[in-house]
Amino acid sequence: MERDDLIVDESYARAAHHDEEHGRKIRKKIVFVTILLTVITVVEVLIGSSIPRDSGSGTWTAIKWLFIGMTLLKAGYIVLSFMHLGDERKSLKYTILVPYIFFICYLILIALTESTYISNLFYGN
Amino acid sequence: MAGHTESVSKAELWDGGGSPFRVSYGKLMMWLFLVSDALTFGGLLVAYGFFRHRYPDWPVGEKVFNSMPGLGDGYPLLYVALMTFILIVSSVTMVLAVEAGHRLDKKGVIKWLAFTVIGGFFFVGSQAWEWYHFIHGGGGVITTMTGEVYHSNTDLHMDAAGHYHIPPDGLELVQNKYGEGEIVVIDPSEYPGIFDNMADYYTGASMLRNEYAATSNTSDQEYVKAAPQFGNAFFFITGFHGFHVFSGVVINIIILLQVVRGKFDDLGHYEMVEKTGLYWHFVDLVWVFVFTFFYLV
Repeated sequence: MERDDLIVDESYARAAHHDEEHGRKIRKKIVFVTILLTVITVVEVLIGSSIPRDSGSGTWTAIKWLFIGMTLLKAGYIVLSFMHLGDERKSLKYTILVPYIFFICYLILIALTESTYISNLFYGN
Repeated sequence: MAGHTESVSKAELWDGGGSPFRVSYGKLMMWLFLVSDALTFGGLLVAYGFFRHRYPDWPVGEKVFNSMPGLGDGYPLLYVALMTFILIVSSVTMVLAVEAGHRLDKKGVIKWLAFTVIGGFFFVGSQAWEWYHFIHGGGGVITTMTGEVYHSNTDLHMDAAGHYHIPPDGLELVQNKYGEGEIVVIDPSEYPGIFDNMADYYTGASMLRNEYAATSNTSDQEYVKAAPQFGNAFFFITGFHGFHVFSGVVINIIILLQVVRGKFDDLGHYEMVEKTGLYWHFVDLVWVFVFTFFYLV
């Protein structure tokens, strides 16, 4: 018996096809994202290797958050542009992203709040 | 790709007979796999973050990873930056392969997929060098019976008779016998006495200990022995990621061979390239986070 789900799948795959003109537009965007990712990485390395860690606790905390912000920006461009999640249907986009965003809140809680509490137990003031 | 989602009424979307997401089964499953894999990496990275706050004696990335192959020390983070750049570029060639696939341009797919494989090999090779350098280290740590800790900037090679060579860079006392950190450059005339009194010597890194100095919270001059968890986290996180890169290269090679043999000409679409592309971008995505949290912060 012929599997009808495969036939539907093929039609989804073919719906992603595009012509040369559209391709040129997409490639232009790819070049833009490439340059952006490279520039962010270069800035990160310059900051990371030139600013010493003991340059005042406030400065380093600010830099930490700057790093996290730049990383999330890079991650966003990779997921939404390179992995085309931005071009998928909203329902798929949120099915993928929303559970992970919840998980990230939990990760931040463990990595920052809980670990600092444990550290204070051992070395606390 | 952009603008491919046609407008369909909600009722029609969820009416059965097709995916409400309007993606194929394989692509949806690849996405779900990536979400679960991201949970694993998230767990590893958060364990790293926890260790890092839990143990204050944690080395600084730009001081540990400051070597270039063939050039020696003094290039903080440059090698890792190069690895990051290689992986980003291979991600770009992958997305170009996917784009070529959407135009049914077989030659384009072959070209860009081949570049992606080469980039992947470069990255895995770079990581092998990084591991080799991390494990073997550059200097060494001497502990004595009386409790002092000395640091040498070069490895003290032991000769056949069991003698250590005097390091050309000299020895520094980094922690006195009272357990306080202080830096004193040792006169070469005192070396024999220190070697006689030696309790232990180690270089590089293993799961149990490593030579890399940690930063002190109070002063840049103070030496603190790094927590062994630093080495553990390095091996587990970069190792697990490197394993992903290696699998990605193997999968890319398989798909490349299928493209060359014309499998997707018969099918009429190159969605398989897109699915492996998702995996490859994910590997790049994870590295972006490893790069920030392991090396930069």
